[in-house]
Amino acid sequence: MTAMLTRPGDAVRADRDSFRRLLHAEWTKFRTVRGWVIGTIAGGLLIIAVNLIPGGQCGGMQANGQPSLGGPGCALTLGPAGQAVTDSFYFVHQPMGPAGSITVRVTSLTGSYPPGNSPGQPAASALQPWSKAGIIIKASTRPGSAYAAMMVTGSHGVRMQWDYTQDTPGLGGAVSQTTPRWLRLTRAGDTVTGYDSADGARWARIGVATLPRLPATVQAGLFAASPGSSSVTSQSATGSSGSGASAQATAAFDRVDLRRMPPGSRWRGTSIGAVPNPGNQSPGGGYRQSGGTLTVTGSGDIAPSLPGGDGGTAGSVAGTEVGTFAGLIAVLVVATMFITAEFRRGLIRVTLTASPRRSRVLAAKAIVLGAVTFLVGLPAAYIALLTGERKEQAGGISMYPVPVLTELRLIVGTAALLAVAAVLALGIGAAIRRGAAAVTAVIAVIVLPYFFAGPLAVLPAGAAEWLLRLTPAAGFSIQQAYPRYFQLGFSYTPGNGYFPLAPWAGFAVLCLWAALALGLAGYLLRRRDA
Amino acid sequence: MLDATIEVNGLRKRFGPTVALDGMTFTVHPGQVTGFVGPNGAGKSTTMRVILGLDAADEGAALVSGRPYQTLHRPLTHVGSLLDAAALQPSRSARNHLLWLAHSQGLGARRVDAVIEQAGLQSAARRKAGGYSLGMRQRLGIAAALLGDPPVLMMDEPFNGMDPEGIIWMRGFLRSLATQGRTVLVSSHLMSELQDMADHLVIVGRGKVIADTSTRELLAAASGDRVMVRTSSAPEATAVLARAGAIVAADSDGALTVSGLAAEKVVSLLGAKAVPFSEVSAHHATLEQAYLELTRDAAQYRAADAAASPPGPSGPAGHGGTPASGPSAASGQEAAR
Repeated sequence: MTAMLTRPGDAVRADRDSFRRLLHAEWTKFRTVRGWVIGTIAGGLLIIAVNLIPGGQCGGMQANGQPSLGGPGCALTLGPAGQAVTDSFYFVHQPMGPAGSITVRVTSLTGSYPPGNSPGQPAASALQPWSKAGIIIKASTRPGSAYAAMMVTGSHGVRMQWDYTQDTPGLGGAVSQTTPRWLRLTRAGDTVTGYDSADGARWARIGVATLPRLPATVQAGLFAASPGSSSVTSQSATGSSGSGASAQATAAFDRVDLRRMPPGSRWRGTSIGAVPNPGNQSPGGGYRQSGGTLTVTGSGDIAPSLPGGDGGTAGSVAGTEVGTFAGLIAVLVVATMFITAEFRRGLIRVTLTASPRRSRVLAAKAIVLGAVTFLVGLPAAYIALLTGERKEQAGGISMYPVPVLTELRLIVGTAALLAVAAVLALGIGAAIRRGAAAVTAVIAVIVLPYFFAGPLAVLPAGAAEWLLRLTPAAGFSIQQAYPRYFQLGFSYTPGNGYFPLAPWAGFAVLCLWAALALGLAGYLLRRRDA
Repeated sequence: MLDATIEVNGLRKRFGPTVALDGMTFTVHPGQVTGFVGPNGAGKSTTMRVILGLDAADEGAALVSGRPYQTLHRPLTHVGSLLDAAALQPSRSARNHLLWLAHSQGLGARRVDAVIEQAGLQSAARRKAGGYSLGMRQRLGIAAALLGDPPVLMMDEPFNGMDPEGIIWMRGFLRSLATQGRTVLVSSHLMSELQDMADHLVIVGRGKVIADTSTRELLAAASGDRVMVRTSSAPEATAVLARAGAIVAADSDGALTVSGLAAEKVVSLLGAKAVPFSEVSAHHATLEQAYLELTRDAAQYRAADAAASPPGPSGPAGHGGTPASGPSAASGQEAAR
C-alpha cells in the first residue's frame, strides 16, 4: 500500500495521477449539489434573458448628436470595409478618369446653425472641432462608397482622411484669409495621394490612400460637412444625455485647378446621404460660384458611425451581452459557496484528509469552477448575441457590424470573464471562509464597480474610468466591441461601452486579481488549522 | 510494508492561552480496539486532527504507519477517519458524498455501494444527507472511513447521537474491524460506551496521557482481589474472616467487602464455622468505576504536584499505592516501545 517511489519519473506520474483524482473528486462535488448546477445554468440564462425584454424602436438621436435620418441604426450606411459609417455632406463634383488631380486653396471655414434649428447659442460657436471642408475623390455619390479627402477642420488643422477610418494630420492651425491652406489630391489608378501647402509652392505629402477596386471614373470635387453640436450635460441611470443641434460648415475655395477631367465636365452639387425626411432639412447645403471663388455649405459627417451615442446600446453588438453582470452574480454566488460551504460544515476537513496537499485542493477547485463556468458561459454568450441581434432587428434596428474576430472575442471573452471572476470568487471565499461575507465582498469588487461605472453611470467619468482600470471589473473591457476614433467626436464613456483599458489588458487586470486572491487563499489555507 | 500503527509523540499545542496538548504521547497497535478516553476538553479531538495533518502541533510529531499523514498517497487507503459526522454538504446525497470521496482516492462507485451496505445505509443512500439523523450521519461517516479499506481507523465520538441499537451495532462493527487485524482508535468521553469493546485504553486529561493500559489490567487493578459477601450474621462473618487475615469492610447496603482472601477460601471458612450467607462473589469493578478512580487519583496527583512537576509525558508514572498504579505507570514506556 505504501508504494516506494524511487525514480523521479514515478513521483511525477504519481503526482499527476493524484491531481487527476482530485479534479475528478471536485467535479463530482460540484455536479452533485443541484443548487450549484442550477445556479450556474441560471447564470447562463440570465445573460440571455436580458435580451428577451423587448427593446426600443428605431428613432432618436444619432451618434454625433444629430437628429438622424430615421434614427440610430434603423438603416445603416456601410463603408467599404463593411463597418457602419456616416456619409452625408454637400458635394460639388465632376467626373474624373483613372488619372488626374485636384488642387484648391481654402481661405475660410465657418460654422452656422441652419435656419429653424438653432440651439439658442451664438452662431460663432457653430463651428465644430470636426467641421470639415476640402477636396475629395470618391468612387461614386452613393453613401458609403470609397473615398480619399484632404480637408481643413474646425480645430484639428489639415487632415487627410480616407475610407472613413483612416486619418492623418497635415498642417496645424486654423484656416483664414491670412493663413490659407492649399490642398491637393492626385489619383493614379487605385492610389490617391494627398498633399498640403501653406503657400502653394512648397508641398508636403500627407498620405497615400489605396482604395481597392476604385472605378475608372470617379467623382472629384469640393465638399463641406459639419457634425452637430453635442455636449454631454449629465449622466443618469439611463446613461449620459446630451443636447445636440445640427450645424453646418461653409468654406470658401479659390485657385481651383482640375487636371485631366473628361472634356465637357462641369460642376454639379449633390447632397450626399440626404434621405427624404419631412421637417428635417439637413444635410442640406449648397454652393455658390462667383468669379474664381466657390463657396460650399454642408452639414453631416464623413466618418465612422458608432452605436449608443444617446447612452443606449441600440444596435451595439456589445449591448447584446449586457446581461453578463446578472449572470455573473449567479455564477459568483455559486463559486463562493463552492468553498465557503465546506468551511461552514467542517467538510473542508474531510476534503483535506482525502487530499492533504492543500494548495492542490484549491487549484483543483479553481480548474473545475473555471472550466464549468466557461463551458456554460460560452453558449450563453453566443445565444445572447443571436437573441440580442434578433431583438434589435425586431425593432427595426440594424446592428453595427463588427469583424468576426471581434464577435469571437465578445463570446469567448464573456465566457472567460465569467470563468476568471469565478476563480477570483473562489479565492476570496477561501480567504474569508464565511459565505455571506464572501459573496458580498466578491460582488462589491467585481459587479458593483462595473455597474456603477458602466450601465448605471452614476459616477463622474474620471472615477468611473479609474474603477474600470484598477478593480476586477476591468475584466469587462473584454466586451468593448467598437474602437475609438480620434476623428469622431463621441462620448467614449463606460456608459457607451468604452473602457479605459484595451480589451485584453482589462481582462489581464482581472486575471491578476484572480491570481492574487488564489495565492492569498492558498497561503492562508496552508497556514491555518483546518 | 510498514506496521499499521498510530504513533503520537510529545505533541504540544496551545490555542491562545489554552494548552490543548501538553506532551501527548501514545501508540496504537493493530488487532485491537483502542479506546481514547478523557473528559471533554482533554485534547482527544485535537490529537486526532494533528494525526490527520489538519492541525499543526507546536511540538512533537504524529505518524501513521511510520509516516506523517501528509506524505501518504491516497491517504484514505491508509487511514479511515470519522471526526465530525455533521461535516456534510446537506444538499448532497449520502451516496454522492461517498462518491466524491471515492473519486479522490481513485476508487469507483462499486466500492461506494459496498461500504453503503456495510454501514447499513442502502435504503437511505440516495437521500439528501442533510435530512439524516445524527445516528445515520455516524453510519455515513463510518462508511466514508471504510471507503479505502484502510488498515488504520480513527473515530472521534462515533456513538454520539446513536440509539441503543446503533450503539450495539457500532460496538460489534468496530470489534469486527479490529478482529480483521486493523488498528482501531475510538475516542469517547464516556467510559461506559467502551465497555465490552475496547481492548486497550489510552486515558487522557488536560492534554496528556494519564494511563495507557489494557482494559483487562485496568479492571483487575480496580477490582483488586475483593470478594463480596451477603450474610444475615455480619458480625460473626467479619470475626471469622478477620481471624483468617482478611480485611473486611461493611458496605452501606449491608454487604461485606472482603480483601485478602479468595472467594473459595471465604466460602470454606464461613461453611466451617456455620455462618449463614446468601451470596459470595468476586467483586467486578466497571470501567466507569475504574476510570473515576483513576482520574480522581490523577487529579490528586496534579494538585499535589503543582509545585514540583516531574518532566516528561508519562503522566502519573511512579505514583504508587492505588489500584491504578500498575497500569498507569506503563504509559511512557509503552510509547517508546
